Amino acid sequence: MLSQYGFILILSGIAMIIPVAAITIGHLLGPRRPDPIKNATYESGVETIGDTWVQFRAQYYLIALIFLIFDVEVIFLYPIAIAYQNLSLFSVMAAVTFVLILLLGLFLEWRKGALEWK
Amino acid sequence: MMTWSDILTDVQMRLGAPPELEPLARAIAYFIGAFMLVNGALVLALILIWVTRKVVSRIQDRIGPNRIGPYGLFQTVADVLKLLSKEDIRPDNADQIAYVLAPILSVFPVLMTLAVITFAPGFVGVDLNIGVLYLVALGSIGIMAALMAGWSSNNKYALLAGFRVVAQLLAYEIPMVLAMLAPVMLAGTMRTQEIARAQALYLGPINLGLGWFVFLLPGAFIIYFISALAEAEQTPFDLLEAESELIAGFHIEYSGMKFAMFFLAQFLNAFFLGAIAVMLFLGSWQGPFADQIPLLGPFYFLVKTFLVYGAIQWVRGTFPRLRIDQMMSFAWKVLVPLVLSLILAQMIIMKLPIPTWIGYLLILVANIGVVALMLRLMTRYLKQESVGTKRSFTPKSLIGTMAPVNQVGD
Repeated sequence: MLSQYGFILILSGIAMIIPVAAITIGHLLGPRRPDPIKNATYESGVETIGDTWVQFRAQYYLIALIFLIFDVEVIFLYPIAIAYQNLSLFSVMAAVTFVLILLLGLFLEWRKGALEWK
Repeated sequence: MMTWSDILTDVQMRLGAPPELEPLARAIAYFIGAFMLVNGALVLALILIWVTRKVVSRIQDRIGPNRIGPYGLFQTVADVLKLLSKEDIRPDNADQIAYVLAPILSVFPVLMTLAVITFAPGFVGVDLNIGVLYLVALGSIGIMAALMAGWSSNNKYALLAGFRVVAQLLAYEIPMVLAMLAPVMLAGTMRTQEIARAQALYLGPINLGLGWFVFLLPGAFIIYFISALAEAEQTPFDLLEAESELIAGFHIEYSGMKFAMFFLAQFLNAFFLGAIAVMLFLGSWQGPFADQIPLLGPFYFLVKTFLVYGAIQWVRGTFPRLRIDQMMSFAWKVLVPLVLSLILAQMIIMKLPIPTWIGYLLILVANIGVVALMLRLMTRYLKQESVGTKRSFTPKSLIGTMAPVNQVGD
C-alpha cells in the first residue's frame, strides 16, 4: 500500500527534474546580452504607466468564494459515491438532502446576483 | 494480477539480486517505469504538436508544416532546437523566484497525471485507491502556476490573463469534477483499473468490451468534454491566451525554454484530459477481443485518446472565442445546475427498488434529457445573441457617411 506512493514519489522527482533540466540547458546554451530596452516590460511598445500590481475587481473574489463551497462539497461527494451501493436508506436520504441544499444554495446565489459578470 | 512493477522486480530477483534487497529492486523497477513514462510523454508531445498543426491547417485550408522530414514530422524537433538557442530574458521588474518557478510548476502536474493512466490491464503506473481524486487534486496545481506566471511577470496583460485563468479554471473545475463523479458512482470505486473493468460487457462468457459508460451517461460525458475544453485552455475558452487581445496571455514575458515549458504543458494537458475521458467514459482499454489479444488493449486506448484529441482540435479549428461573461455564466448557470441535478437523479434512481436494467434505462433517459436541455438553452442563447446583417444602429451624425448633409430640395 505504502509502496504505491513510492512510485508517486519517484515520478514526482522525475517530473520535477525534466522541466528544471530543460530550462537550465536553455539558459546555458542561449546567448546572454541583456540591455535595458530588452528587459523592460513588454506592453506593445508603449511604456508602462504606474504600478502593475494594482487593486482588482471584487468579482473574482466572489467567484473564488463560491468555488470554495462547491469544491468542499465535491470532497464530501466522492466518498459517498464510492460507498453508495452499500448505503442504508437513511444515509441515502442524507446524501440526497445534501445535494439538494447545495442546489438551493446555487439558486440563491443566482437570485442574489453573485453569478452575474458585469 | 501481475503488474508491470511486479514483473520488473521479479526479473531483477531472477538475475541474482539478494532477497533482502527486494525493496531496492522494487524502487529500481519504479524508477525505470517512471522514467519511461515521462520520456514517452515528451516524445508524445512532439507528435501532438505536429498533429495539432496538421489538423488545424487542414481545417483552415492550409498545408501546414511540410518541409522538414516526411510530412513535416521533424518540424517540432527543429522548433525545440531553435527555442534552446534563444536568450533567456528575465524582465527587470519581475518577481524572480515566482517567475522561474511558474513554468516548472505548470509541467509538473501534467506529467504527474501519468501515474494513474491505464494503458492495458495491469499496465497502469500505480493503481491508487483514490485514483480519480488524485487526478482532481493535480488539476488545481496548474491554476496556481498560471496565476504565478501572470503575477510575477509585472506586466498588465499578464496580470489580467492571470486573473482570467483563476476565474475560468475555477468555474469549469466544478462541472468537470461533478461529471467525473457519475462513472465513479456507477463503478463504486476510484481505482482507474476497476473503472475500466466495470465497463466490460459480457455476452455469455465472451467480453465484448463495449459496456462503455458513455452509452449510459452521455449527458455527463458532454458536460465533462466541454469543461475539459475549458480546463485545457482550448479554443472556445482560450480567453486566458487570447492572442488577439492579450498578446499571449499569462506567458507573454516568457521566452526560450521557459515558454516551451508552458507550450508543452498545454498540449500534454489537452491530451491527458482526453485520456481521462477515455478512462472514465469510453471504456479505457476495453474493446472487442481485447481480452483474447492483449496487444489490442493499449492499441484501443491510444486510438480512442487520439480520436478525442482530434475532436478537441476540430473544435479548436472551427469555433469562435467566447466573451468572458458568456463563458462564466455558461459554467455557473447552465453546467453546474445541470450536472448537480444529474447527480441527484442518478442517486435517487440507483436506490429505487427496481431491476437494474430499468434503473440503467432511467439513468439514460435522465442523461438524454440533460443533453436535450443543454442544446435547447444553447440554441436559444445563440439566437438571442446573434447580430443580424442589417445595421445595428442608425448613425446620429452624418460624419463618415456618404450622404449629402442637407437635402432641402426633397
